[in-house]
Amino acid sequence: MKHRMPPTFGLSRDSLAFLNNNWGKTMSGTFTKAMARNIFYGGTVFFFLLFLALTFDTMRVLPKTDNRGELTPGAIAGKHIWETRNCLGCHSLLGEGAYFAPELGNVYERRGPLFIKAWMQAMPTNAPGRRQMPQFHLTDQELDDLVEFFRYTSGINTQNWPPNIEG
Amino acid sequence: MKYQSQAVAMPYFIAAIGLFVGQIIFGLIIGLQYVIGDFLFPEIPFNVARMVHTNLLIVWLLMGFMGAAYYLVPEEAETELHSPKLAIALFWIFLTAGALTILGYLFIDYNTLASMTGNDILATMGREFLEQPLITKIGIVIVALAFLYNISMTTLKGRKTVINIVLLLGLWGLAIFFLFAFYNPANLVLDKFYWWWVVHLWVEGVWELIMAALLAFVLIKVTGVDREVIEKWLYVIITLALVTGIIGTGHHYFWIGTPAYWQWWGSIFSALEPIPFFAMTVFAFNMVNRRKREHPNKVAVLWALGTGVMAFLGAGVWGFLHTLAPVNYFTHGSQITAAHGHMAFYGAYVMVVLCIISYAMPIMRGRAANDQRAQVLEMWSFWIMTIAMVFITLFLTAAGILQVWLQRVADTPMSFMMAQDQLTLFYWMRFWAGVAFFIGLITYVWSFFVKGESKPLIT
Ligand code: HEM
Ligand code: HEM
Ligand SMILES: [Fe+2]
Repeated sequence: MKHRMPPTFGLSRDSLAFLNNNWGKTMSGTFTKAMARNIFYGGTVFFFLLFLALTFDTMRVLPKTDNRGELTPGAIAGKHIWETRNCLGCHSLLGEGAYFAPELGNVYERRGPLFIKAWMQAMPTNAPGRRQMPQFHLTDQELDDLVEFFRYTSGINTQNWPPNIEG
Repeated sequence: MKYQSQAVAMPYFIAAIGLFVGQIIFGLIIGLQYVIGDFLFPEIPFNVARMVHTNLLIVWLLMGFMGAAYYLVPEEAETELHSPKLAIALFWIFLTAGALTILGYLFIDYNTLASMTGNDILATMGREFLEQPLITKIGIVIVALAFLYNISMTTLKGRKTVINIVLLLGLWGLAIFFLFAFYNPANLVLDKFYWWWVVHLWVEGVWELIMAALLAFVLIKVTGVDREVIEKWLYVIITLALVTGIIGTGHHYFWIGTPAYWQWWGSIFSALEPIPFFAMTVFAFNMVNRRKREHPNKVAVLWALGTGVMAFLGAGVWGFLHTLAPVNYFTHGSQITAAHGHMAFYGAYVMVVLCIISYAMPIMRGRAANDQRAQVLEMWSFWIMTIAMVFITLFLTAAGILQVWLQRVADTPMSFMMAQDQLTLFYWMRFWAGVAFFIGLITYVWSFFVKGESKPLIT
């Protein structure tokens, strides 16, 4: 097969010729479209099943690592407060979320319950130019639930992440 | 345009671009809040603006995917769309629901919004990217199903090309995995585990099928290369994507309470995820170099090549950078993550949508390609946005390395907020790169209004 050499977009003509020839061979002749299709469906199904198997095993092992024993009614209520105030829109929790404000997966250990409650009540600082956290007007009960949620979260076995207490 | 009904793509593309502009405006707002912490506080707190930024991104990409499908599926199937009326109705429903949701974020307190919209019946809100109220989520599912019905029926009655099949697989997968957005157990570990079935299995799974199909379609059109060759490539690419990407989900299961063996599965399989992105780049360049025709739409070719390269850089290189468990232990949830998220989303999905818009829009406006002047302007916007995104990524990466060092590696680690104070310079530079990005985007929009002689339609 012979074709005209077009512009090379900065690649050397030799390297292009190499790609063209070799891929040309692979992508024509013996390797047919039907083979490519079969490998796609076979490969996808195989690896999806493997993923399901791993998921299944994870579900079996999780009770040992996910601290579900501490998932008290308070912690459950706390998670609901966490979600409905969109805390994750500024903070991360176990490293996921936003990166604008500190990690809170280990805040229970870093600060303790009293500090957390006082902090929430003192917001916003209104310090000029500083990042501001809203005042959520939570009741004392709601604050306790939130703290309970942090306590539960801090007990999850995260394979020693984060590297230190600062999160 | 070969089929009249392909024209329903037009409003989708226009709305997508409009929402893109909104996304970037809110990007600039949160970029500024990173350095001027009390900017717009308490009117628009960071978490609200961020939610608008990321949700607009998702909504406009979905708009773009749907528009692309309405354009592409009839042409590939060689038949009119099953129901153009349904497509137009769905457009208005989706746009209205999207707009109302964004207005809800901005003008109603999130907690109030949650209780107004049924979050107490089924709590799904307050999780990253899935912040939408329950009724919006249900609306998305209904629109998605009706949309899938429409394009599936079109495919069924017409020619079943590989491009159509792969695109449909991707879109069905998108809808199916979205269903996990409705699963929100109180157990945080389970919540996070299945949250990734939406987020990861989208961007590193089924969306790659959509991307590859769109790219293949545009490449066939602009290069005239034999369909047989392109389709074989398509299968190879999507095989690589799913074989690596499905188990690659494990790179999110290192530190969230899941068993330690995921550090092996996740590291190994996700380390291979750059391969399909690399293959897409080679594919795009290869096809363009073997082109059998000189298509007058040069800028569409530029987007096609650009998306290959930038997706490889953003997803492949920047993904690999932090995907091995021993590295991710330090970089997890830092500015490195944000750097990667930006370039990957831009390089893969923003650019591929802009690519199909660039190819299809002139045709829907009755010409094979835009006037030279409009194309040159669009090329300028390509370069400004792309280079700006490279700089956003580089500045965030620099900030991330410093952050990780100060806060997680140094002998006496700094607190989060103290470390942030040290990064101000990089955040300022990110902000200015963002302004440049915005200028590129305005240039892009402007290019649609440049009038001139139009090239005749060739078919
Ligand atoms: C003017 C340009 C932009 C600026 C200044 C900007 C700024 C930001 C900021 C400050 C965040 C929040 C980071 C945090 O959580 O602390 C963010 C998140 C995000 N932005 Fe942008 N952005 C811009 C453009 C874009 C574009 C073009 C895209 C898509 C291609 C994008 C996609 C995202 C995504 C996916 C996230 C979530 C990232 C993550 O969770 O890791 N942004 N952006
Ligand atoms: C176009 C494809 C991709 C897109 C759009 C994308 C986007 C993203 C986004 C937005 C996040 C942040 C999620 C969050 O908010 O928590 C993320 C995280 C991540 N991505 Fe990607 N990604 C892509 C491909 C890849 C690939 C191919 C790799 C690996 C080679 C990769 C590796 C990672 C890792 C390791 C994380 C977790 C970071 C952390 O621990 O904080 N990504 N990605
Ligand atoms: Fe991922």
